[in-house]
Amino acid sequence: MGDSIKKQTAEAIRTVGLTKRYKDLTAVDHLELVVKQGELFSLLGVNGAGKTTAIKMLSCLAEPSEGDAFLHGRSIRKEMAAVKELIGISPQETAVAPNLTVGENLELMCGIHGFSREKRKRKTAEATEQFGLGEILGKRAGKLSGGWQRRLSIAMALIGEPKILFLDEPTLGLDVLARSSLWEVIRALKGRITIILTTHYMEEAEALSHRIGIMKDGKLLTTGTAGELMEKAGKERFEEAFVALVTKADGTPGAFPEKGVVR
Amino acid sequence: MKLLLFSRRTAKEILRDPLNLAFGLGFPLVLLLLLSAIQANVPVSLFAIGTLTPGITVFGLAFLTLFAATLVAKDRESAFLQRLYATPLGAADFILGYLLPLVPLALGQGLVCYLTAVFLGLKVTISILPAVLCLLPVSFFFIGLGLLCGSVLGVKQTGGICGALLTNLTAWLSGVWFDLKLVGGAFEKIAHALPFVHAVEMERAVLSGNYAGISPHIYWVLGYGAAALALAVLLFLRQMKGQ
Repeated sequence: MGDSIKKQTAEAIRTVGLTKRYKDLTAVDHLELVVKQGELFSLLGVNGAGKTTAIKMLSCLAEPSEGDAFLHGRSIRKEMAAVKELIGISPQETAVAPNLTVGENLELMCGIHGFSREKRKRKTAEATEQFGLGEILGKRAGKLSGGWQRRLSIAMALIGEPKILFLDEPTLGLDVLARSSLWEVIRALKGRITIILTTHYMEEAEALSHRIGIMKDGKLLTTGTAGELMEKAGKERFEEAFVALVTKADGTPGAFPEKGVVR
Repeated sequence: MKLLLFSRRTAKEILRDPLNLAFGLGFPLVLLLLLSAIQANVPVSLFAIGTLTPGITVFGLAFLTLFAATLVAKDRESAFLQRLYATPLGAADFILGYLLPLVPLALGQGLVCYLTAVFLGLKVTISILPAVLCLLPVSFFFIGLGLLCGSVLGVKQTGGICGALLTNLTAWLSGVWFDLKLVGGAFEKIAHALPFVHAVEMERAVLSGNYAGISPHIYWVLGYGAAALALAVLLFLRQMKGQ
């Protein structure tokens, strides 16, 4: 009994046959996944692999067609309100209020999470320092560069004190410098909070993640550390390993996906 | 508290956009001034201030549809709404948070139009106050229509449909610029089946002190307002679920 509770609390996310269908298309197909608390887990895949749909279901933005997922033991189907208290999301788009200043955006998110006036001020000051937003605090969010908007977007997702943070393609379309800067932000969060990151940049997944899951056509092909996946594919470079694993799934049916719960 | 914060954000987004102020307040005032100037130079009663002003206040409200639709569509396209859907905000917070801040804007816009009209020769009577208040049900119709369009259209489409099309419909089918009887036939019948002319007639009746004259127009306005709001809520909830 004690072991069972310990096991349950150590799990941030457990999906059970999580599936999403849109008419004839199965966007996510019986996803079985366990992510531990404090883990940075990346979902990697080509366009249309099902990464964003998986995140949308986990963050209660899309209703599963089948199956369920449990975030800190709370069902995304039956306990949506409780799940929403646990999560923060930084969508693929920048998702900021353009005519509000950076400070007002942060305070708005604090207010939406029901923080008192004092706490709103304290959290805004903390986020400003943590994300280096001091110089642009009074600027309108819509006037910021893409890199700064993404930085603000992550700060807005984090300010509600979530236990699980979803980052959907956080560096999509950013230049090298902005991407590198955002990586530092994400690295600083690593281990302090559970992070689910979707990306189709190999180097991003390799550099940031504790573990990586590779998705294709809605299915989770395999999971492991970058090293484990390279070993599994018999390749020395992660990008080659990714290609090998994805094409192997095409070429030799039955080799992937793995059966059972992927840990 | 959450609703208040979200409403405040809606108000800031709209009021901080100079184009909104230019169209929402500036354009109706320019029309009022321009048409009054024309009236001053023609011998016949084309745009008498007592009948023109109620029409302009209703016409000005059509811009609220554009504001509401554009804001909701932008929030959808930028995924700002997606972010908020994953927070403890409820459906009622969203709908009221978009709707409520626009109501004082509607009343303020009407008040400014009437005050300007006073400077242009409108007789000051107590009826101006109920005339401003009568804009309330009209504003529900236009705001509801905005939420409805913003829930289903993209930003570019809202510009075309809520901007160009709706303002033209409001202008031509409301009897602001000309008596609908002059055209008559199907045009007049269609105009009377829509709420625009009823909104203007209701405003004119109240401003002239003929309070009994709001009937049956107010029923048309309330009916269309309730339908627009109900459909807006339905479509907003549908797109919320469809995220």
